[in-house]
Amino acid sequence: MSSPETIRQRFAEIAEKAGTEKAAAAGRTVPKIHIGMATCGIASGALETKAAFEEAVAAQGLEAEIHPVGCIGHCYAEPWVIIDYPESGFPPIFYHEVTPGKAKMLTKLFLAEGDPRFEHVYGATVENEMIPSVTEFPRFNKEKRLVMEKCGKIDPERIEEYIAEGGYGGFAQALEGSPDAVIDTIEDARLRGRGGAGFPTGRKWRLAREAQGEEKVVICNADEGDPGAYMDRTLLESNPHQALEGLAICAYAVGAQKAVFYVRAEYPLAVKIITQAIEQAKEAGLLGEKILGSDFSLEVEVFQGSGAFVCGEETALIRSMEGHRGMPIHRPPYPSEKGLGGKPTVINNVKTLATVPPIIEKGADWFKSIGTENSPGTAIFSVVGDVNHPGLVEIPTGVTLRSLIFEVCGGIAKKKKFKAVQIGGPSGGCLPEEFLDTPIDFDSLIQAGAMMGSGGMVVMDEDTCVADVSRFFLDFTQKESCGKCTFCRIGTHHLLEILERITEGEGKEGDAEQLELLSREIVKGSLCGLGRTAPNPVLTSLQYFKEDYDAHIHEKRCPGMMCRPLIAFYIDLEKCARGCDACVGVCPVDAVFTTRTRKKGIDQELCVKCGECVVACPPEYDAVKKVSPPHLAPVIERPPETRTESKKESS
Amino acid sequence: MDETIQAQEAAILEDIGEQLKDYDQNRGSLIPILQMIQQRHQYLPPDSIRKVAEHMEIPSSEVYGVATFYNQFRFHPPGKNPIKVCLGTACHVRAADVILENFERKLGIKEGQTSDDREFSLERVACVGCCALAPVAVVGETIHGHMAPSKVEGLLMRIQIHKEMAEREKEKEKNEQS
Ligand SMILES: Cc1cc2nc3c(=O)[nH]c(=O)nc-3n(C[C@H](O)[C@H](O)[C@H](O)COP(=O)(O)O)c2cc1C
Ligand code: FES
Repeated sequence: MSSPETIRQRFAEIAEKAGTEKAAAAGRTVPKIHIGMATCGIASGALETKAAFEEAVAAQGLEAEIHPVGCIGHCYAEPWVIIDYPESGFPPIFYHEVTPGKAKMLTKLFLAEGDPRFEHVYGATVENEMIPSVTEFPRFNKEKRLVMEKCGKIDPERIEEYIAEGGYGGFAQALEGSPDAVIDTIEDARLRGRGGAGFPTGRKWRLAREAQGEEKVVICNADEGDPGAYMDRTLLESNPHQALEGLAICAYAVGAQKAVFYVRAEYPLAVKIITQAIEQAKEAGLLGEKILGSDFSLEVEVFQGSGAFVCGEETALIRSMEGHRGMPIHRPPYPSEKGLGGKPTVINNVKTLATVPPIIEKGADWFKSIGTENSPGTAIFSVVGDVNHPGLVEIPTGVTLRSLIFEVCGGIAKKKKFKAVQIGGPSGGCLPEEFLDTPIDFDSLIQAGAMMGSGGMVVMDEDTCVADVSRFFLDFTQKESCGKCTFCRIGTHHLLEILERITEGEGKEGDAEQLELLSREIVKGSLCGLGRTAPNPVLTSLQYFKEDYDAHIHEKRCPGMMCRPLIAFYIDLEKCARGCDACVGVCPVDAVFTTRTRKKGIDQELCVKCGECVVACPPEYDAVKKVSPPHLAPVIERPPETRTESKKESS
Repeated sequence: MDETIQAQEAAILEDIGEQLKDYDQNRGSLIPILQMIQQRHQYLPPDSIRKVAEHMEIPSSEVYGVATFYNQFRFHPPGKNPIKVCLGTACHVRAADVILENFERKLGIKEGQTSDDREFSLERVACVGCCALAPVAVVGETIHGHMAPSKVEGLLMRIQIHKEMAEREKEKEKNEQS
């Protein structure tokens, strides 16, 4: 009974229903307002913007459809909207930083009066003759979207929209053929795992398919433990069905009856959206018993991860699902032979699974035509830090770091100089300018000393201290070490101690050598990837930024002026304006005082070095200076009377 | 105050007992059970650990060992206004530690603590997913981007004002009713 024809026909019915709805919506001429409503959008005020549109549309007596969508990755532009108003004669227009006030203005002037307000337009979303299109910007045309293609276009809470865009077509197609055919395609496409290590996905599936066992399990790893990456959660919040479809295809290929989404409990919106997506897919007949009339049945559930970085590691993840502390165990046996409850288990990252449906649909050759020979496809990074256009980007592999940072992400903010880029989070490395021409793929990055890892990318300008960044990551990995291996547990502790000493200006002769020795031993003596990669930030920064460490250790100076014990703020009396109180008002600890000449000074004993006075000082005076080492700051006596005054005020 | 807290805790335990009936003794249920308790009551009271251990028929130390391993679980009730300061990578390079310190100073509590009147609690978290807005703090459910040390005081003041307004409303309603 499970003939390819039945499957095709059943799916065609589902697709047609979704398609008619879409066509009906497209046929309507009312203006459509798409608003990005993922976590980042909401944090920037998308809810208020949406409310303002609703209110203004009602007040003007207009008709408009407000369409909440996910994140398009352009975090710098939040809250953004696309207004699609065909009757106005204009193409769909992208507006950025739409405050409630702007929303009201656009409703009145564009929707009611037909004037799109050119001064607020970011660009049209398609090429046209009237308005420059965003497709001409590097941010848009250097990107290649496979995984994020539908993010920001569809409402993640409605499965119909995903299906209408061609969703679940890959799954239906997979069901029409044999499981082995699916694995052949994935192997042929040379898809590598996007969870960090780049393990060939097809091989993993094949191992699990051939493993002994009646029951098998597939798990989508959305634990995302890197403290500076957020793409997996954004993908689930913006387009949960693509990963779900990939998971279902994976289950079919390996012969699993059960699938699990392992999502961090700290991501409540992602948990809600994926749970809802599973329900909707079940209702549509795309999950559950005898899917689309085939012999394949699949149950999918959500397991909430409790927030331990090490649980992203696959054996630890399994331990946590079994109700234990998430401590990794020795491999082999690999989970694909013996995983959850002893059953063969495939664990794949969200991005890996979301890449699967387009490969099934368009074929291995199409996939291999994108990116490099050995890591075909795309890479997704969350690029943050000192760039002009931070956000999520998806680029074909092989693009250089330089192109990603300087073209796609708009270069370094505030006209500062590039210093370093940290790739791969706590397991990754810090690369200097010389490596900017490294193409982005699994192997080239590892060669350079970094790794794809989680896909977190932090760009740092000249005012950043790499020693401090290493300390930050070690502080993280030391806390997150599960404690099983001595080298990881105690070694990271010592590494952290030395780094703390260095960044506090207590560094000793020989510390740098000690760091290096210890790092190498930790790499050797640890069982899992956490310990084996934890020293990476230290090793790479030592190798490429040795002079930073030396300055800390020998001169007690922080070249990036970030380590607070090694810097001081003072006020340049030549530049300070009499009577301007800007810095006094912002100081959180009353450290800024007024001298007898009514100029200002900083009480070094009270100062917590937050730098607020630098921001507050009007640029035409530019009187607050930062120096390292701290003894370079000239001493300005605090008149005793101001001291008592400030005490009185605060009591 | 102590008595009300005791009564509250007794009610919590009763509720947990009721909920536990829906869970089997399968070890795999342990973390979902702990999550259920925390979701309903915002933290894991000491006696709840014992209760779960009895239900699962494993030692309390086992349950406690698992609960303390994970960052998600809290053993103190959070304040009415839980404040979380992001110390993820992007926020760190934008001096998030200064923001955290300023909250500590202004609230008189340290990271991980709850104020005596249970109004405020302070926690550090790693990346809330809005790195482009770094540094970030989360008060209740609301994310505040582009934080600065000098914004801390205003934020706390706003909470205080909202609270006083709510109390005045309540007073008014009471007076109207009587
Ligand atoms: C300490 C540590 C943390 C990890 N965290 C994650 C994670 O958050 N998400 C993820 O997908 N993989 C993570 N991994 C990698 C997984 O162990 C595993 O390789 C991956 O989920 C396999 O999926 P893939 O083949 O699709 O890449 C982590 C590994 C280690 C050692
Ligand atoms: S690091 Fe703070 S929001 Fe990502």
